[in-house]
Parts: sequence; C-alpha cells; structure tokens
Amino acid sequence: MTDILPFLKSIISVSGVSGHETPVAKLIAEKWRPLVDEVTTSRVGSLHGLKKGTGNGKRPSIMIATHMDAIGMMVSKVEDGFLHITNVGGIDVRVLPGAQVTVHANSGEELPGVIAMPSAKLLPESLTAGEVLDINYLLVDTGLTSREVEKKVRVGDLVSFANEPMELAGEIISGHTLDNRASVAALTVCLEELQGKSHVWDVWAVATVQEETSYLGAYTSAYDLRPQIAIAVDGTFAKGPGANGWQAHNMGKGIGLCMGPNMHPFVHKKLTELSDKLEIPWFLDVTTAASGTDAYPMQVTVEGIPTALVEYPLRYMHTPVEMVSVKDIQRAGRLLAEFIASLEADFVEKIIWE
Amino acid sequence: MPTFGNAQLKLLEKLCNVIAVSGDEGEVRKIVLEEIKPYADEVKVDALGNVLATKSGRGAKRTRVMLDAHMDEVGFMIVADDGEGVYRFETVGGIDARHLLGKQVYVGKERTPGVIGGKPIHLMDSGERLRKVPVDGLRIDLGLTGKAKVGDRGSFATKFRRVGPSILSKSIDDRIGVATLIELLKHAPTNVDVCAAFTVQEEIGLRGAKVAAQYFNPDMAIAIDSTPANDLPSHEGNENIAYNTKLGLGPAIYIADGSTLHDPRLVRFLSEVGDAENIPYQFRQPGGGGTDSGAIQKALAGIPTVSVSVPHRYTHSPVSISRVDDWKDTLNLLHASLKRITPALIAAR
Repeated sequence: MTDILPFLKSIISVSGVSGHETPVAKLIAEKWRPLVDEVTTSRVGSLHGLKKGTGNGKRPSIMIATHMDAIGMMVSKVEDGFLHITNVGGIDVRVLPGAQVTVHANSGEELPGVIAMPSAKLLPESLTAGEVLDINYLLVDTGLTSREVEKKVRVGDLVSFANEPMELAGEIISGHTLDNRASVAALTVCLEELQGKSHVWDVWAVATVQEETSYLGAYTSAYDLRPQIAIAVDGTFAKGPGANGWQAHNMGKGIGLCMGPNMHPFVHKKLTELSDKLEIPWFLDVTTAASGTDAYPMQVTVEGIPTALVEYPLRYMHTPVEMVSVKDIQRAGRLLAEFIASLEADFVEKIIWE
Repeated sequence: MPTFGNAQLKLLEKLCNVIAVSGDEGEVRKIVLEEIKPYADEVKVDALGNVLATKSGRGAKRTRVMLDAHMDEVGFMIVADDGEGVYRFETVGGIDARHLLGKQVYVGKERTPGVIGGKPIHLMDSGERLRKVPVDGLRIDLGLTGKAKVGDRGSFATKFRRVGPSILSKSIDDRIGVATLIELLKHAPTNVDVCAAFTVQEEIGLRGAKVAAQYFNPDMAIAIDSTPANDLPSHEGNENIAYNTKLGLGPAIYIADGSTLHDPRLVRFLSEVGDAENIPYQFRQPGGGGTDSGAIQKALAGIPTVSVSVPHRYTHSPVSISRVDDWKDTLNLLHASLKRITPALIAAR
C-alpha cells in the first residue's frame, strides 16, 4: 500500500471553502489523472474521475462520493482595516479567537490573518463579559494598515483556516478540513489499489462540492452519472475528550459501516461481510434519520439509488485541529477497492430486501 | 546608536519561537547568555534563573541604571495523564480560556506536538455552543501514543512571521523586550552602568524582578515590556474610548498602571528625549495591568522606576501583533535616553 500521508497533507494545506473548491480540486485532479481513464468537472464544480470496468456493453457503475469542500468564513464588512466575518457552513465559534486564517482577498492575494476577540470594553454591555462571542463580534486582523486593507479586501472575500497539518504520535494526522479531505485520501487509496485489480463495473470517483452547505455536489453528480450504487465516505465521531457517548468510536481501531434510513441494508450487509472476510476491523455506526453526509442526497436522486456510508472516526470535528488515524484512512480505501472488485455484472438484480 | 534591521528581527524570531513558560525559562536563558556574553563585563544566573549582566561605563559619577525585560511567557503545565496521549493541563499566567480550544501546541523539552481539543459542536445543544469551555473541560491531545510527563510545560505552536508592517507571533510579550535589552547591552553608552536583568516569573507575580533589583541596587530602573493595545473598532460604530495604546504610534510610556505610579521625573525625561530626537512615543492610558516596575519600585529603599512598552494586540493569545516601527522607535528612544542620563535626573524631585 502506498503512503497516502503526503497527499493528505497537501490537500489539507490548501483552501476550498464551500462554493470555492478550485484550489483543492486542482490538486485532486492532478493526483487522480494517472489513476483513472478520464477526469472531468461537473457543471457545479465537482470532480468526476472515471475508471472504466472490464464488463461488456453498457456497464453498471458505482459512484464513491467524498466531499472536498471545507467550512470557512466570509468577509461581511471592512471597518478601520479590520474585517467582520460570517460563517460558511457549520463553524464552531468557540475555536475562532486566536485562530490563524488566510484571507483570500479580492486583489488576488492571500493575506495571513488572525481572528481577534475584542475585549468586553469594546462590546455591547448586554453581553456577559468573558462568555463566548458569536461570530458577528469577532474581527480578522491582517496586520496591514487600514489603507492597505481597504485597497485589497472587499465584502464576500473568503477566509479559510490556515494552520499547517501536524503529525502526531501513533500515526495520527491533525489539521483543518480533515472532514472531509481524509475521505478524498481514502478514495485515492481505493483508486491506487484498483490499479492492480480487475473490476467489471465502471467506477466514478467523485469529489463533491458544497456538502457542508447544501449537498449541491452529491445531488447533481448522482443525477448526472446515474450510478447503480452510491457510497459516501465521511467522518464520524471518535471517542476522546468530550465525546464518549454512543455516537463515538475508537480512533485507529477500524472503520465505521453506517446503518440507518439513508443506507440500503443489502449493500451495507455486503460491506460488513466483505470486511469480515478481509479481516478489516470495523464497527457498526447507526443514524436514526438523516446521516448528515452525501449519502442523504444521493439516495433520493432520480428514481432512488441504493446507497451506503463508509466512515472513519474523527476527533474534534469542525475545529482546525481535527484528528484522524492514517490507518483508518487506508482501511477505508482498501475496503472500497475490494468491494468494487467484488461487484459482479448482475449485482443489482441480486439485491434482495427481506 | 544600535542599528535596526534583519539581524534584530531574526533574533526576535528566534526568541519568540522557543517556549519558556514562567518557572521554566531555560530556552530563552540559553539564547540570552549566548548573545550577551561577549558584551557584558559580568554575567550571572541567580537562584531563580534570572540572567543578570553588568556593563560598566567610564568616568566618575555614573548612574547605575537597571534595565529589565522578562524572559517568561504564559503557557500550560501538564497536570494529569488521562491515557492514550490525552492529558489534563492548567494554564500558567493569565490566559483567557476562550483562546485555547482548537489550537496547536508543543509540550515538554522535546517539543512534542499536540492540540487542544474538547467536545465537538455536533454533540452539543444550542445553549452549549456559546458557552465558554473552562480549562478543566479541555485536554491536550498528543496523538494515540503521545507521551508527556506531569509537570511538563507547553505553549502555542505558532510560528513567528513578518507581514507588511507587522510581526505576528506568540509571546511578543515580552520577547520583544528581551530582544531590546540585548541590543541595548550590545550598544551600552558609557555615561551609565547598565545593569541588565532578564527576569523570570513576571507573568505569575513579578518574582524575578524583585530579587534582581535587590541584587543590583540600582539608582533607577526602566522595565521594558509589551502592552496590550485594545485599539480595535468599538461595537456598532461607537468611538473606541477604551484603548490602552495604539499600534503605530510608537513606544508606550507608562504614567500609572495597576501596581505602579511611575516616577514622574523619568516619565517627563523620556518624553523630552522623544521630542528632542524626533522619536514618536505615546502615553499608555492610565489603568490596570503592570510590568516588573511594580516589584522594582518597591525594592530595597525604593527605586525610581518607569516602564516603556512596545504595543501589541491580542495579549496572551496564540498570535499577537506588533508593528516593527514601534519596536524600532522603542529601541531608539531607550538608547537615546540612556545616553542623556546624568545623576541630576534623580537627584531631587
């Protein structure tokens, strides 16, 4: 198995805030091009990598969806050289004060900055001093003079997290946007594994856009590609500080196979059986309704698609210091490749309910 | 006159990037000793870890001037091992817990990388999402097999950087003072005896400065520090009348802070030197806070003391911001002032 860490580090070192995924899409396309037969871009910016199967005539296809967009921020006002911001996607405002960011200025420059928490004396008296401030009270400071800022930045400019990836003990990688670039890495492992395998089905490796805001990419790519089966890959909660309930699972000890209304029970069962056979450690994750992943939109595309969800445990979700185990990423990639290779031409006809 | 350029900025970068939490100042002490040894007549490390260096002038009637900058920074201490690389910690010095969650840190002598984590937002109810997480609800996570020892210190993993007119870094408070003091010692004028005190434990009660002043027994003292600016826009377009200093207006001369009424002769003297030499300066707004002056002024039979600070924004946070020109002007004002000091300055009030 090739070392996926350098690629993963590279894709969490660039931006790609929802709706503006081009910087990361370029890196992914470059990585996928030698691994697939063609790479195209959807009408809304999702990346489609097609690896053709060996089947004759019109081949069935499987779509693997990994979203490449990131939560981030946007400039809402420029005042005395400071930037007011609003959120793009589900930002945890508690992590913002003191966070290092990049301002993607209208001038074309990437300006380093830091998120400033004004002192209580500069805030409305109605706010309790010392409490967490909502995003509309926070400011971005670029260290530039107000004249320079007024020239370069305007309302609508994006702001992304800028801290560099950190390798931690125990084959753990930490950084921003591991949700869900870690899945892009897992899908890349899958494509690498498939180089040495024969598969009947066509494979659509898809890096979707705007999952964090509206599932735009998954809805539209599933419609465009009309796969017979769709699998989303995303993070689930890892056990750790503040997360020890039933939703949380051990990081580094295996991958999650999720069961719930967004998932087709037959496809799910096949994944669990294959994991057992290959001795890939896995745990059962469950969702009671919406899974909060690309599985949710893909399932209801056109006349409905049998959908599954493969997960990796992730600590500190939606913070700039998310953590995942590199081993889990490799496990997810390997399972996807083996599953694809196992698909026979008539798999869909064999799907049974009860 | 000290020169100011790339070499000085490189020295500041080196000083800011090392970690020296109050009570564990070794990494800064090493750099200080290396830098000052060729320039000082006498250097000693005292019982608390202060670096105390003397550079004598020439001629009779020299004033003994103590120059002070603290080596320590705010940070963390590991206090318990929760297993699997997860550790409990306490803050050392005044850190606002709202700056902690989601930050990258280094822990221990080996600078083991880690992050400060807590409960993810998805597992919270809406009330919890805007509630401050106290330090005991946070953990330092070094990865599944990460190792630290109880008692290890740590700080933010921020890297020093230059951006436009500014410096973005952790612990500008008070490495910028340490760098200033190193430069002043290297270019000490001969009309005074320079007693340079690179002190420990400022952030936890000005403890190093107290014994440093007792050791030197100087005629007067200047604490060189970095002070919060609080010069951000106020809410809803209101005028900011609560600022402490403003970035870009030069060194901040103290008149009154939480622990010291600074010696009026020295306050006037510094401002007169600034006027005469065309070096910009500002008066720090009277108010709370303080510097090593608070300990020095009260030492022995009393020491005439003043403080001068380079302003910074975002005090005791992962990233502070200062202006390069404010630092340069601080260094120049202090050097020009040292040259003009005569015994008459503090002979009578």
